[in-house]
Amino acid sequence: MALRLRSSLSKSNFFNILRYNNLGFGTASQTTRHLRTHDPTTLLRVSQNPITRFCNTMAEKLSSVGEHEDANAQVMDFPGGKVAFTPEIKFISESSKERVPCYRVLDDNGQLITNSHFVQVSEEVAVKMYSDMVTLQIMDNIFYEAQRQGRLSFYATTIGEEAINIASAAALSPQDVIFPQYREPGVLLWRGFTLQEFANQCFGNKSDNGKGRQMPVHYGSNKLNYFTVSATIATQLPNAVGAAYSLKMDKKDACAVTYFGDGGSSEGDFHAALNFAAVMEAPVLFICRNNGWAISTPTSDQFRSDGLVVKGRAYGIRSIRVDGNDALAMYSAVHTAREMAITEERPILIEALTYRVGHHSTSDDSTRYRSADEIEWWNKARNPLSRLRTWIESNGWWSDEEESDLRSRIKKEMLEALRVAEKTEKPNLENMFSDVYDVPPLNLREQERQVRQTIKSYPQDYPSDVPL
Amino acid sequence: MAALLGRSCRKLGFLSSGHGARRSVSTETGKSLNLYSAINQALHIALDSDPRSYVFGEDVGFGGVFRCTTGLAERFGKNRVFNTPLCEQGIVGFGIGLAAMGNRAIVEIQFADYIYPAFDQIVNEAAKFRYRSGNQFNCGGLTIRAPYGAVGHGGHYHSQSPEAFFCHVPGIKVVIPRSPREAKGLLLSCIRDPNPVVFFEPKWLYRQAVEEVPEHDYMIPLSEAEVIREGNDITLVGWGAQLTIMEQACLEAEKEGISCELIDLKTLLPWDKETVEASVKKTGRLLISHEAPITGGFGAEISATILERCFLKLEAPVTRVCGLDTPFPLVFEPFYMPTKNKILDAIKTTVNY
Repeated sequence: MALRLRSSLSKSNFFNILRYNNLGFGTASQTTRHLRTHDPTTLLRVSQNPITRFCNTMAEKLSSVGEHEDANAQVMDFPGGKVAFTPEIKFISESSKERVPCYRVLDDNGQLITNSHFVQVSEEVAVKMYSDMVTLQIMDNIFYEAQRQGRLSFYATTIGEEAINIASAAALSPQDVIFPQYREPGVLLWRGFTLQEFANQCFGNKSDNGKGRQMPVHYGSNKLNYFTVSATIATQLPNAVGAAYSLKMDKKDACAVTYFGDGGSSEGDFHAALNFAAVMEAPVLFICRNNGWAISTPTSDQFRSDGLVVKGRAYGIRSIRVDGNDALAMYSAVHTAREMAITEERPILIEALTYRVGHHSTSDDSTRYRSADEIEWWNKARNPLSRLRTWIESNGWWSDEEESDLRSRIKKEMLEALRVAEKTEKPNLENMFSDVYDVPPLNLREQERQVRQTIKSYPQDYPSDVPL
Repeated sequence: MAALLGRSCRKLGFLSSGHGARRSVSTETGKSLNLYSAINQALHIALDSDPRSYVFGEDVGFGGVFRCTTGLAERFGKNRVFNTPLCEQGIVGFGIGLAAMGNRAIVEIQFADYIYPAFDQIVNEAAKFRYRSGNQFNCGGLTIRAPYGAVGHGGHYHSQSPEAFFCHVPGIKVVIPRSPREAKGLLLSCIRDPNPVVFFEPKWLYRQAVEEVPEHDYMIPLSEAEVIREGNDITLVGWGAQLTIMEQACLEAEKEGISCELIDLKTLLPWDKETVEASVKKTGRLLISHEAPITGGFGAEISATILERCFLKLEAPVTRVCGLDTPFPLVFEPFYMPTKNKILDAIKTTVNY
């Protein structure tokens, strides 16, 4: 069959091509033609919920010059809707006089603040939250030490942010899909990831879900609806919005939840994601762990807004600032936000204020850029674990004995998990070449053959713990 | 201007799909469609055949700046076919999330020239999504479509051919169709392939190329190159709109007694080395041509591979006729482009080596 190409010999045809090959250089007449042919009702994505959203784009009427318009008319139609005029030259201040207050339920001593509003948690949930926070803390300490001893190549702790991790996870349902950054293993822990599974990933052994392909702490579990960690900052944010849209379209009683740090909020993907989430009316929770530091960069070098919470409004997103070290406040905020996100089909931004007690990772010594006193103060005086512990003890739900029982049990389990993971062999060499695509293409099959040949000739160049 | 007329002065330009037997699709009749209509048909079929598929990007709602998405929003609804904010990293990132949940996300980037903000999402997320998760997750349902290539007056930012950047990324596929019928079948394959794919559409051919396109749902396999013209003296390899130029050169070379074999690569990643290798072992000569700048262009990969595989069979060095190493110029486009005559000269030089 012949492929015909239109021949354009004449000059008039050249201009035809220029007009028809619309490279977006539309002439003025083209633009207004576009506007006039658009039926406003088809342009708007009509949302079912009763909350008023800003209507986009269509002016309700085109302004006309020369008609008898009242010069002092109060409102004017521009694309985007009606706006009132003002004769004053007034700038919106770069910041409010007062910072946005921070929602908390427990005071620094773990006492319930009078008149605090919060979502009640049962004894079972509260004790599980606390136990998991303790488990996370112990796991972190043991893994960190293991790295120091050279048993692990790398580790990043969550110390100081246990309440954000556990309490947010507790407020979600298992069907909510998680798009983590890398400091949220507590969410996996809450959902049932075992200490052994954490250790397997850190050692990259053959039981690792990720088949030994990534550095430690890059966990993932499709069973637990926790998407695999990638080290790139904030790239998970727009992914979460797409996933949330899918949940909405499939009419699931679930939302997407994505975590990121204060540093991550500077990435372009943060802006992209929040804007998309608002426009697509996606049921997604954006949980920012504002822990004061992005490696060595304090928030004063990161942004000049009043933290994260004020940024939501810029995108049309409802936002709240929460004490991230207050488990009850975190639980309540996430619980409430989740309801809103799903029933109202909207994104919510939650800024959880906290402090990164640990170093950025085992490759970092944070005493080089902040005082050891500051770290110690947060670790002792503002510890999320002790505040929750005080509260559950005051309810008669916890005791010193249960505390020491738990700690010794977890420590034992953790050390055993480490031991087993360390001994477990690595994944087979073929796992290097599988899953690049659904099926290995010819070039990879050829490369595997070549590598296996080379291994035969130079076995000393290759680690002996990777089975062939 | 002269170049534009030169490009359009093709009377014949048949890029016949081999000789019947190779492809059943080539013997079928259909409607005469141009490239954007063929792509539009593919999208209609894709959305019709899978209710969990979506088309989105800038301006796709009204039909798109190149009309590839005409009628989709009206037929499938604004929840499945919609405009996005002007943000390529958001478009692709959102698409990855949709695909990760098992949907088909058919994403449009308005011009390949604007794909770079999405490069991080493509390289660090899409390409690694399955591998890094140990196959627990994947975003294979993602297809990214973007118009690429020279158009006569596009300059720096409406003419680029960025395929080489993407061919260097394990985990994605890169596909470039040469004609309307090919585009429809290849696009449907890309959409249904369980891997993320970048599909570059030669914008020059959106209106200029017209072909009989079967109306039903059909797919053309990926990673299979096609010999679209058989010959014995030299193998030419190309993709997309450049094949039309190359075929002109082949026709003229034939008048001078040089028999040219022309191969459409179609899929650049992973590419069909076997078909090219077999051809070069027969002809002993290879010429690669692409619009993208020559240095670091995909022609270099083909050249190196064929040299490895066919060295003793080669009668002459592998030659590349490509765009020059400049940003794509406006007034100087005719000088930049790998023209029919540049190719013809290279054919003759190679044959007379």
